[in-house]
Amino acid sequence: MKDLKVNLSGWELDNPIIPASGTYGFGYEFADLYDINILGSFSFKGTTKEARFGNPTPRIAECYSGMINSVGLQNPGVEKVIAEELPKMRKVFCKKVVANVSGFSVDDYSYTVEKLNNEEDIGIFEVNISCPNVHNGGMAFGTSPENAALVTKACKAVTDKPVYIKLSPNVTDIVAIAKACEESGADGISMINTLLGMRIDLRTKKPVVANKMGGFSGPAIFPVALRMIYQVYEAVNIPIIGMGGVSTAEDVIEMMLAGATAVQVGAANLVNPYVCRDIINDLPRVMEKYKIEKLSDIIGGAH
Amino acid sequence: MKQGIYTIIENKPLTSDIFLMRLQGDTSPLTNPGQFINIAIEGMFLRRPISVCDYNEKEITIIYKVVGKGTEAMSKMAAGKNLDVLCGLGNGFNTERAGEKPVVVGGGVGVPPMYGVAKALIEKGKKVTAILGFNTEKEIFYKEEFEALGCDVKITTVDGSVGIKGFVTNALSQTEYTDYCACGPEPMLKALYNATDKPGQLSFEERMGCGFGACMGCSCKTVYGNKRICKEGPVLVSEEILWDKEASK
Repeated sequence: MKDLKVNLSGWELDNPIIPASGTYGFGYEFADLYDINILGSFSFKGTTKEARFGNPTPRIAECYSGMINSVGLQNPGVEKVIAEELPKMRKVFCKKVVANVSGFSVDDYSYTVEKLNNEEDIGIFEVNISCPNVHNGGMAFGTSPENAALVTKACKAVTDKPVYIKLSPNVTDIVAIAKACEESGADGISMINTLLGMRIDLRTKKPVVANKMGGFSGPAIFPVALRMIYQVYEAVNIPIIGMGGVSTAEDVIEMMLAGATAVQVGAANLVNPYVCRDIINDLPRVMEKYKIEKLSDIIGGAH
Repeated sequence: MKQGIYTIIENKPLTSDIFLMRLQGDTSPLTNPGQFINIAIEGMFLRRPISVCDYNEKEITIIYKVVGKGTEAMSKMAAGKNLDVLCGLGNGFNTERAGEKPVVVGGGVGVPPMYGVAKALIEKGKKVTAILGFNTEKEIFYKEEFEALGCDVKITTVDGSVGIKGFVTNALSQTEYTDYCACGPEPMLKALYNATDKPGQLSFEERMGCGFGACMGCSCKTVYGNKRICKEGPVLVSEEILWDKEASK
């Protein structure tokens, strides 16, 4: 019997597989397809203080081995998330979830975290300071160590739950930002968000997505994510939730070897809605192949 | 929605860039005409959403236009090939809403889903007029198939080479009808909407990520709040449509 358990800041997960925010809604679309309680957890749709429609459409572009999205944090706002989405989520998911929150000011972040703080089914907060699809916020907080520190401190001040900061890869030195988060009290790092990308339609000769640019995700970004996780693992002592192009059990093991304690699966959910179930079912076989008994033993094993 | 493996039993051109594909497999996820399927294509990351033209207990017919690499690859697939398909996506048309003399309106590659709608309406004993709009004679397809269903078919061509010269609205003004169902390019849908006060059901197209409601890639605003074209659409009823569907930008 293979041991798939991992531990995020005292929270024990049955396995490291967590569908990534923005690719899994609040779980119930997928609960129609399979029992989502097999997951380690999932990260719910990025939630902000106010309701947001997001960016104009088209919001999606195809890429080689990946996709661009410019959804722009569409969500009903934290009040409605608490009143409407979380009760629906509870009906299909009995484990704790990762609460993904975004904001446009330091106060926005702490407001949303504080509002959600009393929800018992939240295991950890994942504070997104890295959304490439919103102006005057989002990624702006994730591109400077000073701002990342401010958001971290503000969120830590309003909750006793672990706070993980989700980092942007669109920076010169991701290690400096991860360190700033750790020094400001972050309990963990979640990385990486999408890479800022673009496609142009040859027929219209204009950008494919209405917002011109968007977040590039999918298998194409896996090596970039892996490299950054490897670098940050060397520099910090807090756990890392790794993500970026993961679509197989082998990818999960590779990312854990780089330094991830848990692994999120994003774009792959949109192409194969059963991918997280398939990865969880496949992990014991791949562990056997590579002579791994206990998954948590391999975290950072490549260093 | 169900994922399944479907076998191509026929794949043939109807015009220079419109192809018909018949797929064998589980059709039980389909409940309404105007729903779509999402097809995985080797070498492409995202699936390709294609509306269902017709289906029976064991077979689905789709008609698609070659517009990019994905649909070009589809056009070259041979019978016998297996495809990974998400089946039974979207709401489709509600034929219960139709009056006694509905008109179905299709423009270009918006024509195929209207075949399934016309078929369902005729099965309900309705007297159906089909207005099929094309640019020119050589782009016309499926006219005989609509006639075989028992529809009164009116063809419009932009260049006047066949039928009524102009757009589908030129044919609509010469038609007696209780309500309409439509699929086609958004300017056509908007022109229809503006040309009549009768109730309508309009099927919209949008670039999609997942096709099953997870990614919020295809959202639009409606009178009844935000909807996902892939999940609560692609069919919206006329009274809920906001033409500035992204008013927040």
